[in-house]
Amino acid sequence: MADKMATRDAYGKALVKLGQQYPDLVVLDADLSGSTKTKEFAKVYPERFFNMGIAEQNLYGTSAGMAISGKIVCASTFAMFAAGRAFEIIRNSIGYTHANVKVCATHAGITVGEDGASHQTFEDIALMRTIPGMIVVNPSDGTSAMKLLEQVVALKGPCYVRLGRSAVPMIYKDSDDVTIGKANILRAGDAATIVATGIMVSEALTAADLLSSEGISVRVIDMHTIKPLDKEVLLAAAKETKRIITAEEHSVIGGLGSAVAEYLSTNHPTPMAFVGQKDTFGESGKPEELKQKYGMTAVDIVLATKNLIGAKV
Amino acid sequence: MDINKLCQTAEEIRCSIIDEIKTAGSGHPGGSLSATDIMTVLYYYAMNIDPENPHKWDRDKFVLSKGHAAPVLYATLAHKGFFPIEMLQTLRKINSKLQGHPDMNKVPGVEMSTGSLGQGFSASIGMALAGRLDHNPGRIYVLLGDGELQEGIVWEAAMAAGHYKLDNMTAIVDWNGLQIDGWNDDVMTVKPIGSKFSSFGWNVIEIDGHKIPEIIKALDEAKNYKGKPTVIVAKTHKGKGVSFMEDNADWHGKAPGEDEAKIAIEELRGEK
Repeated sequence: MADKMATRDAYGKALVKLGQQYPDLVVLDADLSGSTKTKEFAKVYPERFFNMGIAEQNLYGTSAGMAISGKIVCASTFAMFAAGRAFEIIRNSIGYTHANVKVCATHAGITVGEDGASHQTFEDIALMRTIPGMIVVNPSDGTSAMKLLEQVVALKGPCYVRLGRSAVPMIYKDSDDVTIGKANILRAGDAATIVATGIMVSEALTAADLLSSEGISVRVIDMHTIKPLDKEVLLAAAKETKRIITAEEHSVIGGLGSAVAEYLSTNHPTPMAFVGQKDTFGESGKPEELKQKYGMTAVDIVLATKNLIGAKV
Repeated sequence: MDINKLCQTAEEIRCSIIDEIKTAGSGHPGGSLSATDIMTVLYYYAMNIDPENPHKWDRDKFVLSKGHAAPVLYATLAHKGFFPIEMLQTLRKINSKLQGHPDMNKVPGVEMSTGSLGQGFSASIGMALAGRLDHNPGRIYVLLGDGELQEGIVWEAAMAAGHYKLDNMTAIVDWNGLQIDGWNDDVMTVKPIGSKFSSFGWNVIEIDGHKIPEIIKALDEAKNYKGKPTVIVAKTHKGKGVSFMEDNADWHGKAPGEDEAKIAIEELRGEK
């Protein structure tokens, strides 16, 4: 197994496999099939692949029509233009109708890198989780992406799957259980809990190692499904570790941190810290440089954790 | 085909439109009345549908992309037998299946939830693509408003239908010339409509959208046309059949009162 893989590459592989399993699976793209990896599907099943051109609104409107006609639809473009530009189409034609469309959006977050602010979306999780009935999934590595995509295609109804551009460390083994709606506890600990999602999970694991070397043991949870949130695991973490730090490659407004806070504040108020994109746009740069500049690294998680538990920084 | 019978049915549907909107106290009579003759010919002549079996596999499907004309769709479906005519009295009321704009998950015979303009047209492209993939003989019909043509998604969808040569679909533009703020020509010019579609790869037929024989002929022609999708640009009058509503933007989204409804129905029945 490779030690690193982009979740979009896992998507390409999953589509080829699922295409064989599901004759009704169709894939649509908006002129980014090489980047989103839907081209892998197009090569094997050209008759079930539809390029809609640079027209994201119609990409999702057409997807709705195909799903309502009985197809399982995976429709891809960059997250900025899926959740952002086509939001209202997804809301009305896919969400309101409860169409069987999987919005598989790639190039999410700051790690888009050099393309800069116009292409770096920090709002997509916030937008998608406000749509009633929409399942929101944000895999942390290639293995879990494959496993979650298989479930996404098997279930009936709309899903948003957030996928990344850059290669990220493998976290899971093929034998691990990764199930939609069930968070995975990756590290045991009782001083605090880091609830992370997407590519921030591997940063959270590094942060846990750093903290452990200073004698601070933290729990690490991979919240790969943001909607529905695994409330049971969250509540236990809040009760047992009494401090929660969320970590996401997304705005601290409206994403995972907000979802966790919405739940805990009404069920078990818990002191929290939020690691993510502050209320600001990104810029061009290498993914690692940007993560550092905008505060989304293991070190940022360590600092937030220490501040929250009152440890010496 | 009994043209007189179709005219009579259109009259019944128009009366139901006035009645249901009057009872609701809100709704869109203008664009419902302009589309009534087209809807009547679709449901009583052109389309292969069965109210007893609304989900049969090879049915023709109709999408009301101008979703605010829900009253004409509901009245047509009710008269056709998809649900009881009495249900029209629940239009826009709390807990009703008959939402202000059509909901496919609530009303038998409604194929797509619409209301946000342009999206029904886009969905109909997906239905036509899926139908072709499945070798389904059913045809996709979609009705657009002229003001709706101002939405960008309409032209994204039109381009896709042309590109994929979707000759299993017929679009109809209800060209009544008016939108909420007034005449299209004053708000945002949409004409020439036919040549816009034809440059996007469509077969274009222009007709008088109130002449039933012309509607029949155009729908037949569209069905037999191969290699391109067809759009029927149907010149109509907003509020058709009710003198004080005709060509009057004020009646885009306003309900008639008791007295106005009475006069409207008398006019429609030819009693005045």
